[in-house]
Amino acid sequence: MTATPEPRTPDRPPADIVFDHVVKRYPGQETPAIDDLSLTVRAGETCCLVGPSGGGKTTAMKLVNRLIDFDSGDITIGGRSIRSVDVTSLRRDIGYVIQQVGLFPHMTIAANIAVIPNLLGWSGDRIRARTDELLDLVRLDRAFAKRYPAQLSGGQQQRVGLARALAVDPPVMLMDEPFGALDPITRTEIQDEFLNLESEIDKTVIFVTHDIDEAIKMGDRIAVLRQGGVLAQYGTADGLLAHPADDYVADFVGADRGLKRLSLRTMREIVAPDGLPDDGSGPSVDADASLRIGLSTLFAAGTDSVRVTDGDRVLGRVSLAQLQGAVSGSTV
Amino acid sequence: MSSYFSFFGENAGLLLQITLGHILLSVVAVLVAVVLALPLGAWIGHLHRFSFAVVTVTNVFRSLPTLALVAIAIAFVGFGFTNILIALVVLAFPLVLTNTFTAVEGVDPGTVEAARGMGMTGPQILFRVELPSSVPLIMTGVRTSWVYVVATAYLAVFAGRTDTLGDIINDQAGYGYAGVMAAATVSVVLAFAGDYLLGLIERAVTPTGLRLLATQARGVPAPVPA
Repeated sequence: MTATPEPRTPDRPPADIVFDHVVKRYPGQETPAIDDLSLTVRAGETCCLVGPSGGGKTTAMKLVNRLIDFDSGDITIGGRSIRSVDVTSLRRDIGYVIQQVGLFPHMTIAANIAVIPNLLGWSGDRIRARTDELLDLVRLDRAFAKRYPAQLSGGQQQRVGLARALAVDPPVMLMDEPFGALDPITRTEIQDEFLNLESEIDKTVIFVTHDIDEAIKMGDRIAVLRQGGVLAQYGTADGLLAHPADDYVADFVGADRGLKRLSLRTMREIVAPDGLPDDGSGPSVDADASLRIGLSTLFAAGTDSVRVTDGDRVLGRVSLAQLQGAVSGSTV
Repeated sequence: MSSYFSFFGENAGLLLQITLGHILLSVVAVLVAVVLALPLGAWIGHLHRFSFAVVTVTNVFRSLPTLALVAIAIAFVGFGFTNILIALVVLAFPLVLTNTFTAVEGVDPGTVEAARGMGMTGPQILFRVELPSSVPLIMTGVRTSWVYVVATAYLAVFAGRTDTLGDIINDQAGYGYAGVMAAATVSVVLAFAGDYLLGLIERAVTPTGLRLLATQARGVPAPVPA
C-alpha cells in the first residue's frame, strides 16, 4: 500500500442556520409546539434559545438535527435544506451536546471521542492525533484517554462530551443545557473555557438554556421563546436588556436588567482619557473588569468615582454618573 | 447413608453417562432459548415498543407447567429429544427474553439520545451501545435459565427420552432412595457449576467500563489509574 498523506481534519467554515416559518405540531395537541418560527443564526455566532418549560426551546433545537421532524416551513444549514440531506450524514455534521452528557460507559474516553471518526473510517493514526488534539482543546490531560466515564467527575465528563461533539470538526453545534447539571463553580469554569474555545474553533452554535444569565454570558444573540413556541424577541443581550419587546420579555430577562447590562461591558470601554482627572485617591479597578464589578467597588468604598487601572498604568476615573449613563443611555 | 456414598462408586459408569446426557440436553435447551430470545428481546427493547408482547409471552410461558407441555408436545412431535427440548426451551425462553428486553430498554436514555444525535444508525446504536451495556443483565438471565433447565431436565423421562439424571430420579423403585438422592445431588452440583462457569464468562465479556460503573453505583469511587 502506498503511503498517502493523511488529510488533516479540514478547517470547515461555519454555516448559518435559518429557520423559515417552521411549524411543529405534536399529534393530539391543540397548540403547536413551534409556531411559525423564523430565525437566522449567522455563521460563527452562538444563538441562545431561552424560554419557559414548554416554550419549545429544546424542540426547536432538535428540529435542526431531525431528532424531531417539523411539519411545515424549512430549516437550512449553509443554504441547504436539512431535508435534502441524508439524516445520518446530516447528524454527523452537527456536534451534539446534551445535559446528561451520554458518554458510552463501556468505552474508554478515547473510544468515546472516536465513535464517529471510526464510523467514517478514519485511520488509527489520524484518530489518535485528533483525540490528543481534542483533549488538549477541552483542557483534559491526555492520560484521560485510557480511562472510563465512570472514573471522571461530572465536569470532566462534559468536557469529553464536548470533545466528542467536536471530533469531526462539524460546522454546526447543538447544545441542550450542556452545563445544567454541573455545580455552580464547575459550571462557571466550563462556561468560561467554552467561550475561550469558541474563539478558537469558530462554530455556529445553538445553545438551549433556561437560565437567562447563562444566555447573556454565552450568546452572541438570544432568542426568547414564549409558551406555544412563539418567538418573542431575537437580538443581542444588550438589545434585549435595553429594549425588551414587551412585558413578557422584560419579565423574562428580569427586573434587574439594568444591573445585568452592567455585566456586558468593561470599564475600559467607558473610561475616557480626558475624563475626570486622577487625584491618586480612592479605590481602583482593573480595566477589563465589568461595569458591575466597577459599580460594586465604588459602592463598597463609598466614594463618587473609581480609578481604572491597566497594570501599573492609570487609565482614568469613572464616576457613578458615567456608570449610570452607560446603562440607561441608548448606546447599544 | 453409606449406601448413598457407595452408590456413586458402584454406578460411576451409569452416572457419568446420564450426567453427560443431562448436560447435553440442558446446554442445547439454553442455547436454543438464547438464540431465539436474545434477538427478539434486543429488538423490542431497542424499539421501546411492543413491551406488552414481552410481558404476555413471559406470563403465558411461565404459567405452563413443563410436565404438561411434555404431554401436549407428545401429540405434535411424539416422544424423544425434540419433545423435552421444546418444553425446556419454553421454560428458559421467557427468562432470557425478559432480561434482554429489560436491559436494552433500560439503557440510559441520554446515552441513546447522544448516539442518535451524533449520527449513529439504529443497528449501530443497538450493537455498539445498547447491547454492550446490557451484557451483565442478559448474562443474569442466561444463568437463571441454566439453573431452571438443569433442575427440570429430569422430566425427559416422561418425554420418552432416557439418558438424563431423570432415569434415576424417576425410578426410586429401581435405584432406591440412595440412588435418587445421588442423582439429585449431581443435578444440584451441575446447576451451581454451570452458574459459576457462566459467571466467569460474564466477567470476561462484561466491558471494563461497566464494571467500574457498577463499582461506583455501590458507593465505592471508581479506581483511577495512578
